Amino acid sequence: MAADPRGVLTGQHYLDGNHAACEGALAAGCRFAAGYPITPSTEVVERIAQRFPTMGGVFIQMEDEIAASITLQGGVWAGKKALTVTSGPGFSLMMEHVGLAAITECPCVFVNVQRGGPSTGLPTLPGQADMMQARWGSHGDYEIIALCPQSPQECFDFAIKAFNLAETWRVPVMLMMDECVGHMTERVVIPNAEDIEVVERNFTKKKPGEYKPFDAGDGWVPEMAKAGDGYNLFVTGLTHDERGYPVMNHHAQEKLVHRLVDKIRKNADKICEWEEDGIEGAEVVVMSYGITSRVAQRGVEIAREQGIKVGTMRLIVAWPFPEKRVKQIAPTIKSFVMPELNYGQMVFELERCVAGMTRTVLVPHGGGEVHDPQVIANAIIEAARGKN
Amino acid sequence: MTEVAINPVNPYLRMDRMPSIWCPGCGIGTSVNCFARALTQSKIDLKKTAVVSGIGCTGRVSGYMSVDSFHTTHGRALAFATGLKLGNPELNVVVYSGEGDLIAIGGNHFIHAARRNLDVLCVCVNNFTYGMTGGQVSPTSPATAKFTTAPLGQFEEPFNLPYLADSCGAVYVARWTTFHVRELTKAMRDALKKRGFRFIEVISPCPTLYQRRNRLGDGLDAMKYYQEKSVKKNGANTSELRIDFQSEITVGTFVDRERPTFADAMNARYKEVLGPRYVPCPDNYVPPQAKGEGT
Ligand SMILES: Cc1ncc(C[n+]2csc(CCOP(=O)(O)OP(=O)(O)O)c2C)c(N)n1
Ligand code: SF4
Repeated sequence: MAADPRGVLTGQHYLDGNHAACEGALAAGCRFAAGYPITPSTEVVERIAQRFPTMGGVFIQMEDEIAASITLQGGVWAGKKALTVTSGPGFSLMMEHVGLAAITECPCVFVNVQRGGPSTGLPTLPGQADMMQARWGSHGDYEIIALCPQSPQECFDFAIKAFNLAETWRVPVMLMMDECVGHMTERVVIPNAEDIEVVERNFTKKKPGEYKPFDAGDGWVPEMAKAGDGYNLFVTGLTHDERGYPVMNHHAQEKLVHRLVDKIRKNADKICEWEEDGIEGAEVVVMSYGITSRVAQRGVEIAREQGIKVGTMRLIVAWPFPEKRVKQIAPTIKSFVMPELNYGQMVFELERCVAGMTRTVLVPHGGGEVHDPQVIANAIIEAARGKN
Repeated sequence: MTEVAINPVNPYLRMDRMPSIWCPGCGIGTSVNCFARALTQSKIDLKKTAVVSGIGCTGRVSGYMSVDSFHTTHGRALAFATGLKLGNPELNVVVYSGEGDLIAIGGNHFIHAARRNLDVLCVCVNNFTYGMTGGQVSPTSPATAKFTTAPLGQFEEPFNLPYLADSCGAVYVARWTTFHVRELTKAMRDALKKRGFRFIEVISPCPTLYQRRNRLGDGLDAMKYYQEKSVKKNGANTSELRIDFQSEITVGTFVDRERPTFADAMNARYKEVLGPRYVPCPDNYVPPQAKGEGT
């Protein structure tokens, strides 16, 4: 379905990533937002607060991120597409409600403009050290989807993608930006509303009595209903059956949690997305995501100038991780090289998938600035020579 | 065949989930009975009614009501309800939870929901303890009473809930005990018909934990206490409603006033600034392709 034109600012703009992410959300049909200010993410909700009143949207600044992350879920059960926006400390406070969204299959979007951590860390400077938290931060077993834009244009595009994936799979989707991408200003092209593909919520057409809100039938994802439609919904964070009724035993746990996990794991091929270049015949493949991809590109060029055959793999969707593709590439290369603005996060997942078939080299960085491309180039060169 | 009299509140409950988890003599069920009757009497549209709870023995209330039920996380029912109500202003939203849930872990949301005058009815079952987790201290626990986490007797100051709600801006504040079923039902009915942040404190027995540990007898003994020690004082100054261990309990309707709700204030402000450009929620936008499809 095409986008609601009232939310689409068609044209060419000069926007930073935070403003572009806001426009992407509006284009995707987001009409509910709850937030709590935190650098370097605040511009997203500031723009939403300004833009929503002319398109039927409701924004509320809540008393904290714990509230914001569940207020948005109230908005979703009221029938809205909803998001919240934060950075490190706020993301930590939101974790319990990531789990709630996962178990109640509440489609919603969490935007995290990552800064340096831990704790208050580097509020105004970039980091990529929340990638594992995005995947594992709430307790219990569940799956989420995480996207990593590398430019303001992608902040726009991926915000739409995030909402579409949330509706398709009924999971919380994390838009994992970083301070650089959030604050860099570049050209952003916003298409016509009719050219933007938007996934609408799959509301059930079944009658009350026939409809079981958590019955996925032969598929993976149950149809939805919203409050006020006469279905007597029962939505709980407890382990529940197809009716939504709490059931406290291992059979119910196995049935529910297995589906929550498998609906993403078994469909990873449909969800995973990455860009690759020069893999064929490569000695070394550089895997990266977000702002680091752009820095890594320069490192790759330097290494190529030295005659090294370097391929690249840039994660668009970080979670689920492109395990299959990594397993195909691994035996054909000397090494993966992975620069990240952390001391090792996604590289652990890479290492797991590589499973000893080749080497993986982390190019760590504590955050606060981006890598020096020469450092990445050196890591590539050494990896090609089998030295590191 | 024996005639089985059907309890008139049954249609308001999810009978397929009975019996409930509540212990014999627990006051939560009594409060739910009053609530179900208030729902009938108020004639509000049940299809447009949602009950939201946090976690706790009282937190189970939402899941027993035959309406849209949301059993959320510990302390966050009001934050969830904020989204539900603002996302669909046509809903009647009732938050029903315990005092630990609403006032300890959820205290911040409580004061802000009241300040904003969020249009919800908030029913707080105050049994002076954390029932679900086995009888720990709660923010209303009276001094000298014993709890698993205050085995030598509580010594902190308890919260006076009506005072808290009043000072944060609630438009309706009442307190009744589960002995006062008629008054409680009426309070719930009145509150259901009102708009804005409405707060009802229900003093309720927890025979299994609070009473047993403090040698206060069973549910019936609690009723006797409530009967003997309750003093009805409508319009009482909320600062004087503190409850101490087995002390007098002032009951009644203390606050009943009008104030613009969050949505009223938001709509008024945006209309003033934006004029016809303001598109309030609910926004009945129909996407262009969906028009005239005729299916
Ligand atoms: C984040 C979190 N912390 C702690 C708990 C454990 N817990 C469940 S219910 C409860 C207290 C409930 O007390 P109250 O709100 O007074 O309700 P009651 O059981 O007395 O009705 C606690 C601490 C939890 N579920 N979640
Ligand atoms: S533990 Fe106390 S509050 Fe919980 S159901 Fe039993 S009597 Fe009621």
